[in-house]
Amino acid sequence: MAGVTWRRLTLGVAAVYFLVPLAIAVWFTVYNESRGFSLGAYGRIVSAPGFGESLLKSLLLGAAVIVLVLLLALPALLAVRLGAPGLRPVLETITTLPLIVPPITYVVGIANALRGGTDALAATPFWQTLISIQDENFPVVLVLAYVMLALPFAYRSLDTGLRAVDVRTLVEAARNLGASWPYVLFRVILPNLRSAVAGASFLSLALVMGEYTIAALMGYRTFPVWIVTVSGNDGQLSVALSVLSLGLIWLLLLTLSGAGRKSK
Amino acid sequence: MAGLTNSRRRGGGAGWLAAAPLLVVTLIAFGIPTVVLVVGAFSVKGGGFGFENLSATMREPYLGALWNSVTLSAVVAILGAVLGAFLAQAVLTSRSGLLREAVLTASGVLANFGGVPLAFIWIATLGNSGVVTAALGLGSGVLYNFWGLALVYLYFSVPLMVLVIAPALDGLKPQWREAALNNGASTWQFWRHVGIPVLGPALLGGAVLLFGGAFAAYATAAAMVGASVPLVTLQIADALTGNVLIGYENIALALSLDMIVIALLVMAVYLPLQKRSSRWLA
Repeated sequence: MAGVTWRRLTLGVAAVYFLVPLAIAVWFTVYNESRGFSLGAYGRIVSAPGFGESLLKSLLLGAAVIVLVLLLALPALLAVRLGAPGLRPVLETITTLPLIVPPITYVVGIANALRGGTDALAATPFWQTLISIQDENFPVVLVLAYVMLALPFAYRSLDTGLRAVDVRTLVEAARNLGASWPYVLFRVILPNLRSAVAGASFLSLALVMGEYTIAALMGYRTFPVWIVTVSGNDGQLSVALSVLSLGLIWLLLLTLSGAGRKSK
Repeated sequence: MAGLTNSRRRGGGAGWLAAAPLLVVTLIAFGIPTVVLVVGAFSVKGGGFGFENLSATMREPYLGALWNSVTLSAVVAILGAVLGAFLAQAVLTSRSGLLREAVLTASGVLANFGGVPLAFIWIATLGNSGVVTAALGLGSGVLYNFWGLALVYLYFSVPLMVLVIAPALDGLKPQWREAALNNGASTWQFWRHVGIPVLGPALLGGAVLLFGGAFAAYATAAAMVGASVPLVTLQIADALTGNVLIGYENIALALSLDMIVIALLVMAVYLPLQKRSSRWLA
């Protein structure tokens, strides 16, 4: 009986703590004492200047990060299993780096490196490269930074997925039957890893759609940065945007678990 | 067999080749900024190297901010680990598949929810003109202090702990508990001698993760408390955006180095533990 009581108490406290702010936030966005019920705050999101532009920019960044993370991590992870086990500690070290270097210190390093690099290379052709990777519409520096931040999550997801697959047998069978390496990668390995790849992609996209610190301090107007700048003094709009970004995470997670289930 | 070992040996070189793009990108995207950061932290005014910047970060106002960040993260880590473990245990033992599914999904969502949107939702609830503040007549400033910040950080820390600890709790076999109780142990004795030692690494590992998350958090604090609770992340951002006295540019780099050293020390606890706890999750 004591077990039931403490369980109810724990669940009750948790429900109040987690659900009350959410309920208040939703209520706050649809009800106003002077105007009554209205979904106007959500309508104002879409019509706010820069909405489509920043959302598109973040989605593009997300797509680039996903492709790059998969292209970098998959061959390395396959190599660990196919005959270079010495690589594993190296990969583990690389994927713990973002846990040790917080984003705010990472952006300090990047900003100083770019500033120093631009000064030092001013008279060389590399200067143009440095400028172009900082392009406001598609900042390659931001893609690279997000790839580094997404690697730990992608690595763990893919590693777990690969654990369930006998990579060596699959690869040797396919190669013996005359399949090329790209064919092995895209038609043999990847279909067996669908849910792990979906997991890695979701986590990378969630990171890009939520990361504020690096983008804001480098002056890029990604979706999370836009949310803050557009909120201004409009309290209702800012909370509506918060509810929207929470909904976005939930939608991504739902898609992920859907993809995971389908492959089983 | 001979062919297999042979191919394994030959695979070594090809393996490193397959990993080369990853290694090169890491070297550029992570190596260069890190080297610049460390060199900058030790560069002193007027050229040359020294400890001037670093010793400046060990004086006020920076030392206080560092201390605030560390204590806030420690409070969040300990409270989050304990509360998360209790919540996970309550959910997992309730035998309701629906509740379990709902809480784990919600934890996945909330553990990823942070930054400024998190601050906005709490400001609407407990801010100076928040709904709960008005309903309970709490007065102003409830949220804009150390404990308010801890309350908000727990909103993503507890769900993260639930996700981390749930597999370990699942691995705690009911037979162990039955065996202990049949041999006359009390519930407390079971937890003291079996449950906690088995869960120990996962609990501590989870706490370290929570510490790291709270320590690195910047956007939520910036939107909520501004300068009223000085934190090291806020001061780095100020220094980076030129919001400081001239001649203090390298302070941002030195403070960053301080943060990395603290995170390294905490991680040094976590990494060996992760290996130990993975034995139980297998």
